[in-house]
Amino acid sequence: MQLTRVIPVLLLENGGLVKTVRFKNPQYIGDPINAIRIFNDKEADEIVFLDISADRHEREPDLGMLSEIVSEAFMPFAYGGGVRRVDQIEKIYRAGVEKVVINRAAALDPEFVKSAASVAGSSGIVVSMDVKTNWLGKRSVFINNGKTNLKIPPLDYARLMEEKGAGELLVNSIDLDGTMKGYDLPVISSIAGAVGIPVVPVGGAGSMRHFRQAVDAGASAVAAGSMFVFHGRQKGVLLTYPGSKDLNELFSGQGMD
Amino acid sequence: MARISVLDYGVSNSGSILNMLKKIGSEAALVGNAEEVLEAEKLILPGVGAFDNGMQALKNAGLDAVIREVALEKSIPLLGICLGMQLLCEGSAEGETSGLGLIPGRCERVSFPKDGNLKVPHMGWSFLSNMSSDPLFEGFEEDVRFYFVHAYHMRPANRDAVIAEVEYGLPLAAAVKSGLTYGVQFHPEKSHRFGMRLLKNFAAL
Repeated sequence: MQLTRVIPVLLLENGGLVKTVRFKNPQYIGDPINAIRIFNDKEADEIVFLDISADRHEREPDLGMLSEIVSEAFMPFAYGGGVRRVDQIEKIYRAGVEKVVINRAAALDPEFVKSAASVAGSSGIVVSMDVKTNWLGKRSVFINNGKTNLKIPPLDYARLMEEKGAGELLVNSIDLDGTMKGYDLPVISSIAGAVGIPVVPVGGAGSMRHFRQAVDAGASAVAAGSMFVFHGRQKGVLLTYPGSKDLNELFSGQGMD
Repeated sequence: MARISVLDYGVSNSGSILNMLKKIGSEAALVGNAEEVLEAEKLILPGVGAFDNGMQALKNAGLDAVIREVALEKSIPLLGICLGMQLLCEGSAEGETSGLGLIPGRCERVSFPKDGNLKVPHMGWSFLSNMSSDPLFEGFEEDVRFYFVHAYHMRPANRDAVIAEVEYGLPLAAAVKSGLTYGVQFHPEKSHRFGMRLLKNFAAL
Protein backbone atom coordinates (compact mmCIF):
# COMPACT_ATOMS: atom_id res chain seq x y z
CA MET A 1 0.00 0.00 0.00
CA GLN A 2 1.33 3.41 -0.91
CA LEU A 3 0.37 6.34 1.24
CA THR A 4 -0.55 9.83 0.10
CA ARG A 5 2.52 11.92 0.73
CA VAL A 6 2.18 15.38 2.22
CA ILE A 7 5.21 17.38 1.20
CA PRO A 8 6.52 20.71 2.50
CA VAL A 9 8.13 22.80 -0.22
CA LEU A 10 10.65 25.24 1.14
CA LEU A 11 12.28 28.03 -0.79
CA LEU A 12 15.91 28.94 -0.30
CA GLU A 13 17.35 32.34 -1.08
CA ASN A 14 21.02 32.98 -0.41
CA GLY A 15 21.11 30.16 2.09
CA GLY A 16 18.07 31.25 4.06
CA LEU A 17 14.51 30.02 3.89
CA VAL A 18 11.95 32.40 2.43
CA LYS A 19 8.31 32.34 1.59
CA THR A 20 6.54 34.07 -1.28
CA VAL A 21 3.06 35.11 -2.26
CA ARG A 22 2.23 34.63 -5.92
CA PHE A 23 5.95 33.98 -6.39
CA LYS A 24 6.77 37.54 -5.26
CA ASN A 25 8.12 39.31 -2.18
CA PRO A 26 10.32 36.66 -0.63
CA GLN A 27 10.28 37.04 3.14
CA TYR A 28 13.00 35.51 5.27
CA ILE A 29 11.62 32.88 7.58
CA GLY A 30 14.62 31.06 8.98
CA ASP A 31 17.50 28.69 8.75
CA PRO A 32 17.19 25.56 6.58
CA ILE A 33 18.91 23.19 9.00
CA ASN A 34 16.59 24.20 11.76
CA ALA A 35 13.60 23.76 9.48
CA ILE A 36 14.66 20.24 8.53
CA ARG A 37 15.03 19.28 12.16
CA ILE A 38 11.56 20.53 12.88
CA PHE A 39 10.11 18.60 9.96
CA ASN A 40 12.02 15.53 11.15
CA ASP A 41 10.35 15.82 14.51
CA LYS A 42 7.01 16.27 12.83
CA GLU A 43 7.74 13.26 10.63
CA ALA A 44 7.08 14.85 7.28
CA ASP A 45 6.81 12.22 4.53
CA GLU A 46 9.16 13.98 2.15
CA ILE A 47 10.59 17.44 1.69
CA VAL A 48 11.41 19.67 -1.27
CA PHE A 49 13.93 22.50 -1.23
CA LEU A 50 13.99 24.91 -4.15
CA ASP A 51 16.85 27.36 -4.34
CA ILE A 52 15.29 30.41 -5.96
CA SER A 53 18.52 32.41 -5.95
CA ALA A 54 20.45 29.65 -7.70
CA ASP A 55 17.67 29.74 -10.23
CA ARG A 56 17.42 33.48 -10.61
CA HIS A 57 21.13 34.16 -10.84
CA GLU A 58 22.09 31.01 -12.71
CA ARG A 59 24.41 30.02 -9.91
CA GLU A 60 25.84 26.58 -9.32
CA PRO A 61 24.04 24.62 -6.60
CA ASP A 62 25.78 25.06 -3.27
CA LEU A 63 26.77 21.43 -2.85
CA GLY A 64 28.40 21.89 0.53
CA MET A 65 25.29 23.42 1.99
CA LEU A 66 23.15 20.86 0.21
CA SER A 67 25.13 17.93 1.64
CA GLU A 68 24.78 19.39 5.07
CA ILE A 69 21.04 19.94 4.73
CA VAL A 70 20.43 16.48 3.24
CA SER A 71 22.33 14.81 6.06
CA GLU A 72 19.96 16.39 8.50
CA ALA A 73 16.85 15.07 6.74
CA PHE A 74 15.32 11.87 8.05
CA MET A 75 12.95 11.68 5.11
CA PRO A 76 13.36 11.63 1.32
CA PHE A 77 14.68 14.89 -0.01
CA ALA A 78 14.17 16.62 -3.35
CA TYR A 79 16.25 19.56 -4.49
CA GLY A 80 15.91 22.03 -7.33
CA GLY A 81 16.78 25.54 -8.32
CA GLY A 82 18.54 26.48 -11.53
CA VAL A 83 19.52 22.91 -12.35
CA ARG A 84 20.31 22.90 -16.03
CA ARG A 85 23.17 20.49 -16.74
CA VAL A 86 23.62 16.78 -16.37
CA ASP A 87 26.86 17.15 -14.42
CA GLN A 88 25.00 19.21 -11.83
CA ILE A 89 22.45 16.43 -11.49
CA GLU A 90 25.21 13.88 -10.90
CA LYS A 91 26.75 16.03 -8.19
CA ILE A 92 23.41 16.70 -6.54
CA TYR A 93 22.77 12.96 -6.41
CA ARG A 94 26.11 12.31 -4.85
CA ALA A 95 25.19 14.77 -2.16
CA GLY A 96 22.51 12.29 -1.11
CA VAL A 97 19.36 13.74 -2.58
CA GLU A 98 16.57 11.34 -3.64
CA LYS A 99 15.10 13.50 -6.38
CA VAL A 100 16.17 16.46 -8.46
CA VAL A 101 13.60 19.06 -9.49
CA ILE A 102 13.98 20.78 -12.84
CA ASN A 103 11.85 23.59 -14.17
CA ARG A 104 13.18 26.18 -16.60
CA ALA A 105 15.79 23.84 -18.09
CA ALA A 106 13.07 21.34 -18.99
CA ALA A 107 10.93 24.06 -20.56
CA LEU A 108 13.76 25.48 -22.65
CA ASP A 109 14.91 22.06 -23.78
CA PRO A 110 12.64 19.09 -23.16
CA GLU A 111 15.43 16.77 -24.27
CA PHE A 112 17.22 17.73 -21.08
CA VAL A 113 14.60 15.76 -19.19
CA LYS A 114 15.65 12.70 -21.15
CA SER A 115 19.34 13.23 -20.34
CA ALA A 116 18.52 13.92 -16.73
CA ALA A 117 16.48 10.73 -16.48
CA SER A 118 19.29 8.70 -18.00
CA VAL A 119 21.60 9.86 -15.20
CA ALA A 120 19.22 9.73 -12.29
CA GLY A 121 16.53 7.39 -13.50
CA SER A 122 13.07 8.73 -14.23
CA SER A 123 12.04 8.23 -10.64
CA GLY A 124 14.77 10.63 -9.58
CA ILE A 125 13.59 13.45 -11.81
CA VAL A 126 10.70 15.73 -10.90
CA VAL A 127 9.60 18.27 -13.46
CA SER A 128 8.16 21.36 -11.90
CA MET A 129 5.78 23.40 -14.03
CA ASP A 130 4.40 26.84 -13.23
CA VAL A 131 0.83 27.51 -14.30
CA LYS A 132 -0.76 30.92 -14.55
CA THR A 133 -4.18 31.96 -15.71
CA ASN A 134 -4.77 34.94 -17.97
CA TRP A 135 -7.68 37.37 -17.61
CA LEU A 136 -9.78 35.20 -19.89
CA GLY A 137 -9.33 32.26 -17.54
CA LYS A 138 -7.02 30.45 -19.89
CA ARG A 139 -4.14 28.60 -18.25
CA SER A 140 -0.67 28.48 -19.65
CA VAL A 141 2.75 27.27 -18.55
CA PHE A 142 5.18 30.02 -17.53
CA ILE A 143 8.83 30.22 -16.62
CA ASN A 144 11.04 32.89 -15.02
CA ASN A 145 8.89 33.36 -11.98
CA GLY A 146 5.73 33.83 -13.96
CA LYS A 147 7.19 36.40 -16.30
CA THR A 148 7.61 34.43 -19.49
CA ASN A 149 4.59 32.78 -21.03
CA LEU A 150 5.50 29.63 -22.93
CA LYS A 151 2.03 29.70 -24.45
CA ILE A 152 1.66 25.96 -23.92
CA PRO A 153 -1.43 24.54 -22.24
CA PRO A 154 -0.58 22.71 -19.01
CA LEU A 155 -2.01 19.45 -20.28
CA ASP A 156 0.15 19.36 -23.40
CA TYR A 157 3.21 20.32 -21.42
CA ALA A 158 2.57 17.61 -18.85
CA ARG A 159 2.23 14.97 -21.54
CA LEU A 160 5.46 16.12 -23.17
CA MET A 161 7.36 15.96 -19.91
CA GLU A 162 6.08 12.48 -19.22
CA GLU A 163 7.09 11.40 -22.66
CA LYS A 164 10.61 12.73 -22.11
CA GLY A 165 10.97 10.71 -18.93
CA ALA A 166 9.87 12.82 -15.99
CA GLY A 167 9.18 10.61 -13.00
CA GLU A 168 6.83 13.01 -11.31
CA LEU A 169 5.15 16.35 -11.99
CA LEU A 170 5.07 19.17 -9.48
CA VAL A 171 2.37 21.53 -10.68
CA ASN A 172 2.73 25.04 -9.25
CA SER A 173 -0.13 27.45 -9.37
CA ILE A 174 1.30 30.94 -9.59
CA ASP A 175 -2.09 32.54 -9.06
CA LEU A 176 -2.84 30.63 -5.90
CA ASP A 177 0.67 30.57 -4.36
CA GLY A 178 0.51 31.88 -0.81
CA THR A 179 -3.23 32.52 -0.87
CA MET A 180 -4.21 29.40 1.08
CA LYS A 181 -7.59 29.29 -0.63
CA GLY A 182 -7.30 25.83 -2.13
CA TYR A 183 -5.54 24.14 -5.01
CA ASP A 184 -6.28 24.57 -8.68
CA LEU A 185 -8.45 21.46 -8.84
CA PRO A 186 -9.40 21.60 -12.53
CA VAL A 187 -5.75 21.63 -13.60
CA ILE A 188 -4.94 18.71 -11.27
CA SER A 189 -7.85 16.73 -12.64
CA SER A 190 -7.02 17.31 -16.25
CA ILE A 191 -3.32 16.51 -15.91
CA ALA A 192 -3.82 13.51 -13.62
CA GLY A 193 -6.32 12.14 -16.08
CA ALA A 194 -3.85 12.42 -18.92
CA VAL A 195 -0.54 11.14 -17.55
CA GLY A 196 0.53 8.00 -15.76
CA ILE A 197 3.15 9.60 -13.54
CA PRO A 198 2.38 11.08 -10.13
CA VAL A 199 0.93 14.60 -10.18
CA VAL A 200 1.67 16.70 -7.13
CA PRO A 201 0.05 20.12 -6.85
CA VAL A 202 1.59 23.02 -4.95
CA GLY A 203 0.22 26.51 -4.47
CA GLY A 204 -2.99 27.33 -2.68
CA ALA A 205 -3.20 24.76 0.10
CA GLY A 206 -4.56 26.26 3.30
CA SER A 207 -6.17 23.36 5.11
CA MET A 208 -6.27 19.58 5.31
CA ARG A 209 -9.56 19.71 3.47
CA HIS A 210 -7.67 21.09 0.46
CA PHE A 211 -5.38 18.04 0.55
CA ARG A 212 -8.34 15.75 0.42
CA GLN A 213 -9.88 17.69 -2.46
CA ALA A 214 -6.65 17.45 -4.41
CA VAL A 215 -6.38 13.71 -3.89
CA ASP A 216 -9.98 13.23 -4.91
CA ALA A 217 -9.20 15.25 -8.05
CA GLY A 218 -6.39 12.85 -8.91
CA ALA A 219 -3.30 14.10 -7.11
CA SER A 220 -0.90 11.34 -6.03
CA ALA A 221 0.59 13.45 -3.30
CA VAL A 222 0.13 17.02 -2.10
CA ALA A 223 2.68 19.73 -1.51
CA ALA A 224 2.50 23.06 0.24
CA GLY A 225 4.68 25.94 1.28
CA SER A 226 2.82 28.70 3.09
CA MET A 227 0.52 26.32 4.84
CA PHE A 228 3.37 24.87 6.84
CA VAL A 229 4.83 28.22 7.76
CA PHE A 230 2.90 30.09 10.33
CA HIS A 231 3.52 33.66 11.38
CA GLY A 232 2.94 34.29 15.02
CA ARG A 233 1.76 37.60 16.36
CA GLN A 234 5.22 38.92 17.19
CA LYS A 235 6.29 38.09 13.62
CA GLY A 236 7.77 34.89 14.97
CA VAL A 237 7.73 32.01 12.54
CA LEU A 238 6.40 28.57 13.33
CA LEU A 239 6.83 25.56 11.14
CA THR A 240 3.96 23.16 11.32
CA TYR A 241 2.91 19.82 9.85
CA PRO A 242 -0.14 17.66 10.45
CA GLY A 243 0.09 14.68 12.77
CA SER A 244 0.08 11.17 11.33
CA LYS A 245 -3.20 10.25 12.99
CA ASP A 246 -4.94 13.21 11.40
CA LEU A 247 -3.42 12.37 8.03
CA ASN A 248 -4.43 8.71 8.26
CA GLU A 249 -7.99 9.75 8.99
CA LEU A 250 -7.98 12.33 6.25
CA PHE A 251 -6.88 9.95 3.54
CA SER A 252 -8.58 6.79 4.69
CA GLY A 253 -11.45 5.44 2.67
CA GLN A 254 -10.02 6.73 -0.58
CA GLY A 255 -10.06 3.26 -2.07
CA MET A 256 -6.61 3.98 -3.46
CA ASP A 257 -3.54 1.83 -3.20
CA MET B 1 26.51 0.17 24.20
CA ALA B 2 29.03 -0.55 21.51
CA ARG B 3 30.05 2.07 19.02
CA ILE B 4 28.59 1.69 15.57
CA SER B 5 30.96 1.94 12.62
CA VAL B 6 29.39 3.20 9.41
CA LEU B 7 31.32 2.22 6.32
CA ASP B 8 32.13 5.00 3.91
CA TYR B 9 33.35 3.55 0.63
CA GLY B 10 32.49 6.45 -1.61
CA VAL B 11 29.22 5.03 -2.79
CA SER B 12 26.66 6.98 -0.82
CA ASN B 13 26.11 9.88 1.52
CA SER B 14 26.41 8.40 5.01
CA GLY B 15 25.58 11.71 6.62
CA SER B 16 21.93 10.93 7.26
CA ILE B 17 22.78 7.62 8.89
CA LEU B 18 25.31 9.26 11.18
CA ASN B 19 22.91 12.01 12.09
CA MET B 20 20.10 9.61 12.87
CA LEU B 21 22.43 7.53 15.05
CA LYS B 22 23.48 10.70 16.81
CA LYS B 23 19.86 11.63 17.31
CA ILE B 24 19.07 8.31 19.01
CA GLY B 25 22.05 8.76 21.28
CA SER B 26 24.24 6.14 19.67
CA GLU B 27 27.95 6.59 19.41
CA ALA B 28 28.85 6.27 15.75
CA ALA B 29 31.72 7.03 13.42
CA LEU B 30 32.60 6.71 9.77
CA VAL B 31 35.18 4.10 8.90
CA GLY B 32 36.91 3.75 5.57
CA ASN B 33 39.74 1.25 5.67
CA ALA B 34 40.36 -2.40 6.50
CA GLU B 35 42.00 -1.74 9.87
CA GLU B 36 39.07 0.29 11.08
CA VAL B 37 36.60 -2.35 9.93
CA LEU B 38 38.54 -5.07 11.74
CA GLU B 39 38.20 -3.10 14.93
CA ALA B 40 34.50 -2.45 14.52
CA GLU B 41 32.13 -3.69 17.18
CA LYS B 42 29.07 -3.14 15.03
CA LEU B 43 29.07 -2.28 11.36
CA ILE B 44 26.61 -0.60 9.04
CA LEU B 45 27.09 -1.10 5.32
CA PRO B 46 25.15 1.58 3.43
CA GLY B 47 25.02 1.94 -0.33
CA VAL B 48 23.09 3.24 -3.28
CA GLY B 49 23.51 2.60 -6.95
CA ALA B 50 24.65 -0.33 -9.00
CA PHE B 51 25.83 -3.69 -7.67
CA ASP B 52 29.13 -3.92 -9.54
CA ASN B 53 29.94 -0.35 -8.66
CA GLY B 54 29.45 -1.08 -4.97
CA MET B 55 31.40 -4.36 -4.95
CA GLN B 56 34.23 -2.82 -6.93
CA ALA B 57 34.47 0.06 -4.47
CA LEU B 58 34.69 -2.44 -1.61
CA LYS B 59 37.33 -4.50 -3.39
CA ASN B 60 39.39 -1.47 -4.31
CA ALA B 61 39.68 -0.61 -0.66
CA GLY B 62 40.31 -4.21 0.36
CA LEU B 63 37.10 -4.16 2.35
CA ASP B 64 35.28 -7.20 0.99
CA ALA B 65 37.49 -9.71 2.77
CA VAL B 66 37.50 -7.90 6.12
CA ILE B 67 33.74 -7.48 6.09
CA ARG B 68 33.41 -11.24 5.67
CA GLU B 69 35.92 -11.76 8.43
CA VAL B 70 34.20 -9.57 11.00
CA ALA B 71 30.82 -10.99 10.10
CA LEU B 72 31.75 -14.67 10.00
CA GLU B 73 34.66 -14.99 12.40
CA LYS B 74 34.07 -12.24 14.87
CA SER B 75 30.28 -12.43 14.51
CA ILE B 76 29.77 -8.73 15.01
CA PRO B 77 26.32 -7.32 14.27
CA LEU B 78 26.26 -6.10 10.69
CA LEU B 79 23.48 -4.13 8.98
CA GLY B 80 23.42 -3.73 5.21
CA ILE B 81 21.16 -0.93 3.96
CA CYS B 82 19.65 -0.86 0.48
CA LEU B 83 22.54 -1.69 -1.90
CA GLY B 84 24.41 -2.67 1.25
CA MET B 85 21.84 -5.40 1.82
CA GLN B 86 22.09 -6.58 -1.77
CA LEU B 87 25.87 -6.82 -1.56
CA LEU B 88 25.44 -9.40 1.20
CA CYS B 89 24.24 -12.03 -1.24
CA GLU B 90 26.15 -14.08 -3.80
CA GLY B 91 25.53 -11.98 -6.86
CA SER B 92 23.04 -9.85 -8.72
CA ALA B 93 21.36 -9.94 -12.09
CA GLU B 94 22.34 -6.29 -12.21
CA GLY B 95 26.04 -7.05 -12.52
CA GLU B 96 28.86 -9.46 -13.07
CA THR B 97 30.74 -9.28 -9.78
CA SER B 98 30.25 -11.74 -6.94
CA GLY B 99 28.76 -10.36 -3.78
CA LEU B 100 29.98 -10.81 -0.24
CA GLY B 101 28.22 -14.16 0.01
CA LEU B 102 27.14 -13.66 3.62
CA ILE B 103 23.55 -14.58 2.81
CA PRO B 104 23.07 -17.35 0.24
CA GLY B 105 20.91 -16.27 -2.64
CA ARG B 106 20.92 -13.79 -5.48
CA CYS B 107 19.43 -10.45 -6.36
CA GLU B 108 17.04 -10.05 -9.24
CA ARG B 109 15.31 -7.17 -10.92
CA VAL B 110 11.96 -6.15 -9.45
CA SER B 111 9.35 -7.38 -11.91
CA PHE B 112 5.78 -8.55 -11.81
CA PRO B 113 3.03 -9.82 -14.06
CA LYS B 114 1.86 -7.13 -16.46
CA ASP B 115 0.12 -4.98 -13.91
CA GLY B 116 0.39 -1.66 -15.67
CA ASN B 117 0.21 0.42 -12.55
CA LEU B 118 3.42 -0.52 -10.80
CA LYS B 119 6.73 0.98 -11.82
CA VAL B 120 10.34 0.08 -11.37
CA PRO B 121 12.06 1.17 -9.23
CA HIS B 122 9.88 0.61 -6.25
CA MET B 123 10.05 4.07 -4.76
CA GLY B 124 8.09 5.45 -1.88
CA TRP B 125 6.81 4.65 1.57
CA SER B 126 5.54 1.09 1.95
CA PHE B 127 4.25 -0.99 4.82
CA LEU B 128 6.12 -4.11 5.90
CA SER B 129 4.33 -7.42 6.11
CA ASN B 130 5.13 -10.79 7.66
CA MET B 131 7.53 -9.34 10.18
CA SER B 132 9.18 -12.00 12.33
CA SER B 133 9.57 -11.32 15.98
CA ASP B 134 13.21 -10.43 15.80
CA PRO B 135 15.22 -8.16 18.08
CA LEU B 136 15.59 -5.82 15.10
CA PHE B 137 11.83 -5.21 15.19
CA GLU B 138 11.49 -4.84 18.92
CA GLY B 139 8.90 -2.31 19.97
CA PHE B 140 7.14 -1.90 16.62
CA GLU B 141 3.47 -1.89 17.46
CA GLU B 142 1.48 -0.25 14.73
CA ASP B 143 1.66 -0.60 10.98
CA VAL B 144 5.29 -0.27 10.15
CA ARG B 145 6.39 1.59 7.05
CA PHE B 146 9.71 2.54 5.57
CA TYR B 147 11.01 4.44 2.57
CA PHE B 148 12.10 2.25 -0.30
CA VAL B 149 13.89 3.02 -3.51
CA HIS B 150 15.24 0.03 -5.39
CA ALA B 151 15.06 -1.71 -8.72
CA TYR B 152 16.52 -5.02 -7.57
CA HIS B 153 15.59 -7.25 -4.69
CA MET B 154 17.21 -10.14 -2.88
CA ARG B 155 15.94 -13.68 -3.13
CA PRO B 156 17.64 -15.59 -0.32
CA ALA B 157 18.18 -19.31 -0.94
CA ASN B 158 16.79 -20.00 2.50
CA ARG B 159 13.22 -18.79 3.17
CA ASP B 160 14.03 -18.44 6.85
CA ALA B 161 16.49 -15.69 6.03
CA VAL B 162 13.58 -13.35 5.22
CA ILE B 163 12.39 -11.61 8.36
CA ALA B 164 10.08 -9.05 6.75
CA GLU B 165 8.46 -8.57 3.39
CA VAL B 166 6.97 -5.75 1.40
CA GLU B 167 4.22 -6.15 -1.15
CA TYR B 168 5.05 -4.66 -4.50
CA GLY B 169 3.25 -6.68 -7.11
CA LEU B 170 4.69 -9.68 -5.36
CA PRO B 171 6.08 -10.05 -1.85
CA LEU B 172 9.68 -8.87 -1.87
CA ALA B 173 12.27 -9.42 0.85
CA ALA B 174 12.31 -6.21 2.87
CA ALA B 175 14.63 -7.48 5.58
CA VAL B 176 16.91 -10.51 5.79
CA LYS B 177 19.10 -12.07 8.41
CA SER B 178 21.75 -14.70 8.86
CA GLY B 179 23.19 -14.96 12.34
CA LEU B 180 23.88 -11.37 13.31
CA THR B 181 24.18 -10.21 9.72
CA TYR B 182 21.11 -8.21 8.79
CA GLY B 183 20.06 -6.57 5.58
CA VAL B 184 17.24 -4.09 5.04
CA GLN B 185 16.15 -3.09 1.57
CA PHE B 186 14.60 0.16 2.79
CA HIS B 187 16.32 3.30 4.11
CA PRO B 188 15.95 3.59 7.89
CA GLU B 189 17.76 6.93 7.70
CA LYS B 190 14.97 8.29 5.49
CA SER B 191 12.14 6.78 7.48
CA HIS B 192 12.05 9.07 10.49
CA ARG B 193 10.54 7.43 13.56
CA PHE B 194 10.50 3.96 12.04
CA GLY B 195 14.13 4.21 11.09
CA MET B 196 15.07 5.51 14.48
CA ARG B 197 13.34 2.61 16.21
CA LEU B 198 15.09 0.12 13.96
CA LEU B 199 18.52 1.66 14.43
CA LYS B 200 17.94 1.79 18.18
CA ASN B 201 17.25 -1.92 18.09
CA PHE B 202 20.35 -2.55 16.04
CA ALA B 203 22.39 -0.52 18.49
CA ALA B 204 21.03 -2.66 21.32
CA LEU B 205 22.00 -6.00 19.78
